[in-house]
Amino acid sequence: MIDYSWLLVAIPLASAALLLLLGRRADAWGHLLGVLAAAGAFVVGLLVFLEVMGQPSEDRIHDVFLYSWIPAGDLHIDAGLRIDPLSLTFVLLITFVGTLIHIYSIGYMAHDAARRRFFAYLNLFVAAMLLLVLADSYALLFVGWEGVGLASYLLIGFWNHNLEYAVAAKKAFVMNRVGDMGLIIAMGLLFAAIGSVSFTDVDAAVTAGALSTAQVTAVGLMLLLGAVGKSAQFPLQAWLGDAMAGPTPVSALIHAATMVTAGVYLVVRSRLIFEASPTAQLVVACIGAFTLLLGAAIACAKDDIKKSLAGSTMSQIGYMVLAAGLGPIGYAFAIFHLVTHGFFKAGLFLGAGSVMHANGDSTDMRTYGALRKVMLVTWLTFGACWLAIMGVPPFSGFYSKDKIIESAFVGEGWQPWVFGGAALIGAGVTAFYMSRMFFLTFHGKARWVEAGATVAPDDPRPVRHPHESPLVMTVPIIVLAIGALGLGFALTLGNGITGWLEPVTGHYDHDAHHAVLPVPVITVTTLVLVALGIALAWRQYGMSPVPLTAPTGSALTRAARRDFYADDVNEGLVMRPGQHLTRTLVYADTAVVDGAVRGTASGAVGLGQLARKLQNGYVRSYAAMILAGVVLAGIVLHLVRM
Amino acid sequence: MNSLPWITILIVLPLLASAVLWLVPGLHRVARPYGLVVSLVTLGLAVAMATGFDTGTAGYQLTETHAWIPALGVSYAVGLNGLGLVMVLLAVGLVPVVLAADWHAADDPAEREDEDAAYVARRRATFVALVLALTSLMVAVFAARDLFLFYVVFEVMLLPVYFLIGMFGGPQRRAAAVKFLLYSLAGGLVMLAGVVVTYLHGPRGDQGFLLDSLAGAVTDPVTQRWLFAAFFIAFAVKAPMWPVHTWLPDATAQGTPGTSTLLVGVLDKVGTFGMLALCLPLFPDAARWAAPGIVVLAIVSLLYGALVAMGQQDLMRFVAFTSVSHFGFIVLGIFVGSQVAMTGAMFYMVAHGLSIAGLFLLAGYLERRGGSRRIDAYGGMQRLTPVLAGLFLVAGLASIALPGLSGFIGEYLVLLGSFQSSIPAAVVATLGVVLAALYFLLVYQRVFTGEPRASLREARDAGTLRDLTARERWTMVPVVVAMVVLGVLPGPVLDLLTPISQVLAMGGVQ
Repeated sequence: MIDYSWLLVAIPLASAALLLLLGRRADAWGHLLGVLAAAGAFVVGLLVFLEVMGQPSEDRIHDVFLYSWIPAGDLHIDAGLRIDPLSLTFVLLITFVGTLIHIYSIGYMAHDAARRRFFAYLNLFVAAMLLLVLADSYALLFVGWEGVGLASYLLIGFWNHNLEYAVAAKKAFVMNRVGDMGLIIAMGLLFAAIGSVSFTDVDAAVTAGALSTAQVTAVGLMLLLGAVGKSAQFPLQAWLGDAMAGPTPVSALIHAATMVTAGVYLVVRSRLIFEASPTAQLVVACIGAFTLLLGAAIACAKDDIKKSLAGSTMSQIGYMVLAAGLGPIGYAFAIFHLVTHGFFKAGLFLGAGSVMHANGDSTDMRTYGALRKVMLVTWLTFGACWLAIMGVPPFSGFYSKDKIIESAFVGEGWQPWVFGGAALIGAGVTAFYMSRMFFLTFHGKARWVEAGATVAPDDPRPVRHPHESPLVMTVPIIVLAIGALGLGFALTLGNGITGWLEPVTGHYDHDAHHAVLPVPVITVTTLVLVALGIALAWRQYGMSPVPLTAPTGSALTRAARRDFYADDVNEGLVMRPGQHLTRTLVYADTAVVDGAVRGTASGAVGLGQLARKLQNGYVRSYAAMILAGVVLAGIVLHLVRM
Repeated sequence: MNSLPWITILIVLPLLASAVLWLVPGLHRVARPYGLVVSLVTLGLAVAMATGFDTGTAGYQLTETHAWIPALGVSYAVGLNGLGLVMVLLAVGLVPVVLAADWHAADDPAEREDEDAAYVARRRATFVALVLALTSLMVAVFAARDLFLFYVVFEVMLLPVYFLIGMFGGPQRRAAAVKFLLYSLAGGLVMLAGVVVTYLHGPRGDQGFLLDSLAGAVTDPVTQRWLFAAFFIAFAVKAPMWPVHTWLPDATAQGTPGTSTLLVGVLDKVGTFGMLALCLPLFPDAARWAAPGIVVLAIVSLLYGALVAMGQQDLMRFVAFTSVSHFGFIVLGIFVGSQVAMTGAMFYMVAHGLSIAGLFLLAGYLERRGGSRRIDAYGGMQRLTPVLAGLFLVAGLASIALPGLSGFIGEYLVLLGSFQSSIPAAVVATLGVVLAALYFLLVYQRVFTGEPRASLREARDAGTLRDLTARERWTMVPVVVAMVVLGVLPGPVLDLLTPISQVLAMGGVQ
């Protein structure tokens, strides 16, 4: 089956192409084909996985040659797939969660005239994402990398008749391209140094010490630039909040469970480079630690349920990046958390979508409240995911996040205290903002009025008719919620996911290194902080009445609401000067560059007159001029020969 | 089969067909189908010729050499290497597309009210005849193995383009055509001097102008530099590079979409083709000497074109400036001194021809619907014309080098190769990748997203504004298919180009 793993990419790609080419002719059944394609990829992925599982641990890395892609002399790139525990983990996550979200979308997009196109884009995304994780070289990875960027652009802007959404889509693509530039530079540096960009060659060269420390640091930092762009980490985080303009299933699949985690994948996949450069590795950890706090703060301040979840995603990926930046101790935990997060965050987004669906597409949590009574399934499943993301045992987040926090406390000097401290505080803040969301949405008093009920004319509350979503939407959420509940424990059984990943992430002897604090102390402190976060949120949003409009809030809240002025910084530092430069250049192009040429032309009187004459219609005289030129050449030659 | 004089057939057939069309008034009524058939036959012959081509060698194949003006050492010498072959295929491949796309280009006599059937037929025939004549010249210029022949074709080629812009373009077409011609003639005159002096340094004799005779003929370094400059200036005008690019936006803003496609997609490539086929083999030392300066100019073009493109109001001018940026990439690849980058540059020439065809022709289709080339005359077109919007997006993404499409291979190789020679230059050039995303998506946003303008929506509701017709869709099929195929399977084309770069690449690799 391994030899057929190209089907993983081919099936959803073919489906996407078919749905786009057939156009309206496929409207009636397009969504079904889309689901089938995603499910087909999952089946293929499962078969490949089972085959690899049957092999001894050390034989689980396979390179599948497909064809010679770019034979360009000194650079020769084959298209090939890397089948190993890391890529297969992603394959299963992408196709399984992806299939669930496809199914959910049948219901969520039922009333959209362009549903077929939506499924085409989703399939395109799945194909590109699978290519990204399956590629056996940075070059082919880059195809998937930009491919998911394109799918993300198309889906954020799916409703691009709303100009704001179109702008959000463009912003995401352009900010991602800034990251992509980093990836291109990293590939360029690698190619210049070792003449190849395949994982095998790069790993071998790094192991052999073929790159200087400066080179390997530069490559690492440039890869990191790519990673922060894709994974919405500081300083390229500002696009993710706006990306919530896309339909909610898109936010769940692309901007929570899979695409945004590609940066983590890239760092883990390139682990030898980062291990060879402690500087680059440290920067990775610092960015992760910083973003996990930044995202958490943003998540606390947003009243828009999706934007709050976006902040949360940023923060949770911060955890993963932090773990990946800790080195061999953290890789497996980063991927572990990535998998559990993929389930519970997708569940949260789909739950949010269900809530929006029931509330006339409103995303304002201040107009929700007390929804548990009318949306029992959504409430229960959202609750499971809520407990999971906070890391409450025995929910899945506990197993994965707690390991990251423990690992962050391992090390020497200031680092364990800073990284461990950030991870610890982050856990408390996570509990606060997630509980705030949970209570605002499902508990407290209803801040809406049931349609048909008699209301006072000056009642500011919106009229709603919340109801539970259809089965096609709730069943996928239930499956994800089950994952949120049990997956963490399940993945620690036997050798667990860490043992499974060992051929790729390397063996790490956890007993040989100790945290600066005893592990039970860390765990208990984490849980106490989580409990504190829940209690605070309950006091403020569960027990007390919540105003329909947000209070002014502290300076920190106001800053967090505006994403800590990221857009203003980008605008002031990049956009404004850029626009100014463009305007100046456009002006200069006509006035100076072209003007100089025109000046030269008309300055010569004869030429000027000639030009004017020609413009009056003596067009054919130029034929004569050219002929004259050729004849002149002949004469000159003739003279010279004599 | 290979004993046939393939190249001569490809040169003579369209030229003859053009003359027949011109001279036989009875054919004027069927000028358009006639032209389409001739161009398709030409394409078929070119493909047949290509099947017998031997990859893996940099030398000229299918050569024919006949004395032309022996007294002056001028021969009719033609032949193709891998680069020439792909350029010929691009040229003859685009001609039928352009003829079909510009089907109605000659139908709007802007300044004549007394139009009658015969006049319209004559105009159509003239248009088709000019395009066919141009086809023949395009084949000749890429196949010339004689310096004088190259020069003559290089200059004569200006004529059909001049008339195509001057007769069939927009309101200011004459001024644009003259500007185009003046620029080109100025460049051409400088080159003429270079041609003559190069010849004087050569072995002279009956075949004194053969490129083979002239390679290595100029040994004096200073002379080489002067001659290199003479040729390079002509080619830089053609390409066009900053700061001699200003004729291009005017020409494309006035020309028909099809004319602009051939002009930018193929004819401008004669500039970069000349750099590869003439400048490097004839003046290798001077090229190496000038390379750093040219690399700087190329990077300036690359960034300048992208930035100025962002500020354009006219769609055609926008596409023209993106081309200035893309030519910056191509010239960078040629001169940066890496075999990989040079391979990429040559591939880029083909890929750019495709994306340019897509963008110009689709912009033309858009204009036929909205009646304007101004970007701000539109908005929300994706809702009204989804197929047009989708194709424009694909062409634009190919143009900004999205992986999986043709544009990526060239740009990726140019950039990666540049890192071998100069990391700072390569890093700065990589900025172009971000700017490209910005300029294209900005235009896409302004034209295709948002709420449709009321006037456009009314036109759609009234049935006067429709999505692409079947003919228009069919013109895009070969273009898009080629974009995808070259992006996924670039191997066959790279196999043709790699041997050439392995011979020509300067500096770093040697």
